Amino acid sequence: MNINTSFSDGRLTIYLSGELDQHEARSTSECIAELLDEYLPRDCVLDLSALSFMDSSGIAVIVKANRHIKTIGGRLWVENPARQVLRVIDAAGLDRMIPVDTGRVGGLT
Amino acid sequence: MKEQNYIKLEFPSKSTNEGFARAAAAAFAAQLDPTMEELGDIKTAVSEAVTNAIVHAYPDSIGLVAMKMRILDGQVLEISVKDWGCGIEDVEKAMQPLYTTGGEDRSGMGFTIIGSFMDKLRVRSTPGKGTTVIMRRTICPRIGKR
Repeated sequence: MNINTSFSDGRLTIYLSGELDQHEARSTSECIAELLDEYLPRDCVLDLSALSFMDSSGIAVIVKANRHIKTIGGRLWVENPARQVLRVIDAAGLDRMIPVDTGRVGGLT
Repeated sequence: MKEQNYIKLEFPSKSTNEGFARAAAAAFAAQLDPTMEELGDIKTAVSEAVTNAIVHAYPDSIGLVAMKMRILDGQVLEISVKDWGCGIEDVEKAMQPLYTTGGEDRSGMGFTIIGSFMDKLRVRSTPGKGTTVIMRRTICPRIGKR
């Protein structure tokens, strides 16, 4: 599991790559929380294009990040999930809580 | 249904084994020539079931997890994940979406995801003795391949 970031004009993009399961969930959550506290972004994008696997532990990580950013007055969304990750997001109904941009024509789902 | 092939794995309930379990499941399922989507669904279901055993069956200790995979007649893949941990008091309640005893680190969506990715899901549990999760998925034969 690797985490990279870019920050520009109040927007923090967090790039997650590798596999996000329960084994990686706690350290990933802690890292995202530290990044949010460091940058205090207005907008935060979780870019999942390089995340090759995620299970429901990843759903908990995203929900926790969303809860955290709300405490600092920002908003969060998810971008470019690969097919397996998108199926987990759909099955969990995460897209009813957090905007998910699949990269398809038409933008956010 | 007649059994065509099987594997059995046993491992300690360490979270580092989650990735191994789903990779082993994918490698075994590959002989049914699944699509990438079917393979992703199988890996996800295995990850959820194994995570349940690691997180909930043995919350304060390391115990044994046994995974058995069988190929049955009709391209049916059956996977069972068994533990000898604390068991589930109310299986029906545990299978409801968003129900979790794992706090904010858990989404409570594990069984919901298994249920939507597999054709059949059965959970047997005895408090104090352990839990067995049995799931089945039929792998569709690909046109032109069979």
